[in-house]
Amino acid sequence: MDDNFPVEQRIDARFELKRKDFELDINFAAPGKGVSAIFGPSGSGKTTLLRCIAGLEKPDSAHFTINGQCWHDAHKSLAVHRRPMAYVFQEASLFPHLNVRENMAYGWRRIAKDQRKIHFDDVTTWLGLEALLEHQPQQLSGGQRQRVAIARALLTSPQLLLMDEPLASLDANGKAEILPYLESLCRELSIPVLYVSHSPEEVQQLADYLILLEQGRVVAAGELNTLLTDPLLAISHFEDAAAVLEANVIGHDKEFHLTSLAFDHAQVSVSYNGLPLGHKARLRICARDVSLALVQPQQISISNSFPVKVVSIDPDRDPSQMLVRCEIGGQHLLSRITRRSVHLLKIEVGKNVYAQVKSVALMK
Amino acid sequence: MDLSQLDLQPVWLTLKLASITTLLLLCVATPLAWWLANTRWRYRQVINALVALPLVLPPTVLGFYLLLLLGPKGWVGQLTESLGIGVLPFTFSGLVIASVIYSLPFAVQPIQNAFAAIGKRPLEVAATLRASPWDRFISVALPLAKPGLITGAVLGFAHTLGEFGVVLMIGGNIPGQTQVLSVAIFDHVESYEYAAAHVLAAGMLGFSFLVLLTLYWRTGQRPLERV
Repeated sequence: MDDNFPVEQRIDARFELKRKDFELDINFAAPGKGVSAIFGPSGSGKTTLLRCIAGLEKPDSAHFTINGQCWHDAHKSLAVHRRPMAYVFQEASLFPHLNVRENMAYGWRRIAKDQRKIHFDDVTTWLGLEALLEHQPQQLSGGQRQRVAIARALLTSPQLLLMDEPLASLDANGKAEILPYLESLCRELSIPVLYVSHSPEEVQQLADYLILLEQGRVVAAGELNTLLTDPLLAISHFEDAAAVLEANVIGHDKEFHLTSLAFDHAQVSVSYNGLPLGHKARLRICARDVSLALVQPQQISISNSFPVKVVSIDPDRDPSQMLVRCEIGGQHLLSRITRRSVHLLKIEVGKNVYAQVKSVALMK
Repeated sequence: MDLSQLDLQPVWLTLKLASITTLLLLCVATPLAWWLANTRWRYRQVINALVALPLVLPPTVLGFYLLLLLGPKGWVGQLTESLGIGVLPFTFSGLVIASVIYSLPFAVQPIQNAFAAIGKRPLEVAATLRASPWDRFISVALPLAKPGLITGAVLGFAHTLGEFGVVLMIGGNIPGQTQVLSVAIFDHVESYEYAAAHVLAAGMLGFSFLVLLTLYWRTGQRPLERV
């Protein structure tokens, strides 16, 4: 448990709830800003946890404080409509008897004027809803509905945004439509977001902090990079396990159509993207795309390679493979290589090696 | 018989009775239906069964017990008397009370079904958007249950128009006070005034058919789609 945040910038949650065939016993702390993803397989209690936080579920015992404010403890429990949060449900759940404008205004009208920090027109423009305001929900596509639902939630100027798999009910087109909005939302919003998901890609793309749930319990909570590369956690053994690293855009190469990014003393190139210099980007590096070499690789087609230090070596699910966790400038990445290579190259904890990265995905 | 001399008073009395009954029905049935649709009380089925009783009981049974209850020796009768209202049987007010009880299931059931069909989600959404419980009921539950409310009102109205047994038991046959259409028709038939009976009966047949047709026409339209 990571308690390194001061109370006034922290979310503290503890919930116990017993149902006939399900038990929730949750205890975690998360930073009071940024996106914390609640990740776990279906049935692990993610949605129930979010509903407890919103007050939609009645836990047997609860304690919830956010940035110094208590919403729920042994003595009091704020009613749902008194909690300064917004909830985006898995299905857009627009009110069918109201048009888009009225749906968006539903919560907004119920907020005192001086509490409205997010403005109607700004949200409309930002989510591209100008042309849809007079439409009925039935006339909208799945992606459009979810955009309206997000706008409606934001317009309550919440102090905490709860999102329950807002992409899960959408098809691939709908997902692609919403994801960029979610990204800029998470990046620009100053309020904390708790984002429930069972999709590793969404988590890698959006989260800063990760809370892992299994069978109603918190398995681990911590920084995204730390948890994604923790060999003790199941998530690092997924077929497409990947590390997410922060890097800065440092240059563009027009001739070869490349953009260079740096993290610590390492440098990687990705396909040209026109991001401004100094932009903080997020790189996703799959464990299976990272191979290790004892000397600086030369005369090969892979151009992304940099020195790293081995921090741990653990058996993978596949008995022929090992999972090697490497460190570079305080961030970690994973390399999945064969047990034989580990043996032949005498790779051991503490050794300095070169990571060769076959493919790097720039996420934002 | 000269039809121009036909006494239309029972028609107006019937419409007045049905209108007042419908208004009262909506006031009683809506909260009752809301409670029945949402309660998890283990004995709620007892209430459901009680509300549905008029559907299966002969109107005379209901009328008989209402007569006893509202009469000078019944609890309600003693209460109304001590309040200075007098006893209710054989008055218009008594008729209204009996009609409300008799038509209750026709109003409660469609409204209850409409509330149940809304499901929890829209109300939860409203709660997360800062709406208090009362606000949620007014701004979400009622508008979404509108088709059910209309059906309940129309059925309650139409059913009140058509009642006979309860009216006879509790209201009797006092022209201008408790003599409603169905009773007037019965009267005409008993006195062999078939022409007058025909006019009233055919009018009622046509009117009831129109009411039901309008209702089915409306509810046959695509209901609000859930999104």
